[in-house]
Amino acid sequence: MYKIGVIGDRDSVLGFKAVGLDVFPCHDKDEAKEALHRIAKEDYAIIYITEGLCKDMIEDIEKYKDERVPAIIPIPGMDGSYGIGLTNLKKSVERAVGADILFGDE
Amino acid sequence: MEIRVSATRMQLLATRKRLVMAERGHKLLKDKLDELMKHFLELIRTEHGLREEVEDALVHALPGFLEARATMSNELMEAALLVSRAQSKIDAASRNIMNIKVPELTWVIGEVQDVYPYGFYRTSAALDDAVEGLTMIMPKLVKLAEVEKSIELLASELERTRRRVNALEYVVIPNLKETVRYVVMKLDEAERGNLTRLMKVKEIVKEKRA
Repeated sequence: MYKIGVIGDRDSVLGFKAVGLDVFPCHDKDEAKEALHRIAKEDYAIIYITEGLCKDMIEDIEKYKDERVPAIIPIPGMDGSYGIGLTNLKKSVERAVGADILFGDE
Repeated sequence: MEIRVSATRMQLLATRKRLVMAERGHKLLKDKLDELMKHFLELIRTEHGLREEVEDALVHALPGFLEARATMSNELMEAALLVSRAQSKIDAASRNIMNIKVPELTWVIGEVQDVYPYGFYRTSAALDDAVEGLTMIMPKLVKLAEVEKSIELLASELERTRRRVNALEYVVIPNLKETVRYVVMKLDEAERGNLTRLMKVKEIVKEKRA
């Protein structure tokens, strides 16, 4: 059985505690990075990170890209969405297909 | 284009064999690529819709917590949320897509019947709504994680396969074909040289006899 973790600013993640997720409130990206690397080694299948923090730690997240667990998923936090999820998707498509076939005309 | 074989019949046969092998491998890999791509595009389509839905829902649900915080004291709210006994777990199985293991995640919430982890005394209704909203989207959020991870894993496999197909198609196969051509020409040339030499020898022998 795996666990689910949430990393983000205090306001955004507190609510997830009520749903039974393990929350790791972080104030800045260094704290978030440290938390990410620490919990990635444990039994977490999914780690959600608020996009506000996510945008400063892309390289750290990519490290876990080719492993089966954990799945690291950006989610919008209190401050709304930065569109990182879509950018990631786009990157995967480019990597696989060699060209941007989804959003090319946007 | 390097040709580093000696022009012998043995080499010709060996090279032809390699060429046949390379072509068969190329065909197989190309089929694999097509099939992978089919799965990949399907996943992409799912994820696209799912992400929009989840982001939309989250952007609406999270401010509820801010609202709740505004209507009740900070400590009270944290206390209410932090005492949560709910323990969400993930059941991870794996599914096989073209020999790539992708995770299949299911959300398992602990043995708590009530979604609200706190008593209703002194907590605001806004908090109830926010928690409910979040609970509602959790299954989707988990599904999103599953799909995104699958996409990432498939993407790396696709990239690798595509490279192999291209290497075979544009480097290995043309090189081998060139080699075969070179050896055939060389052998033909030797054959012709041999023939003229024989004719010449025959002529000389004839002259001597006469």
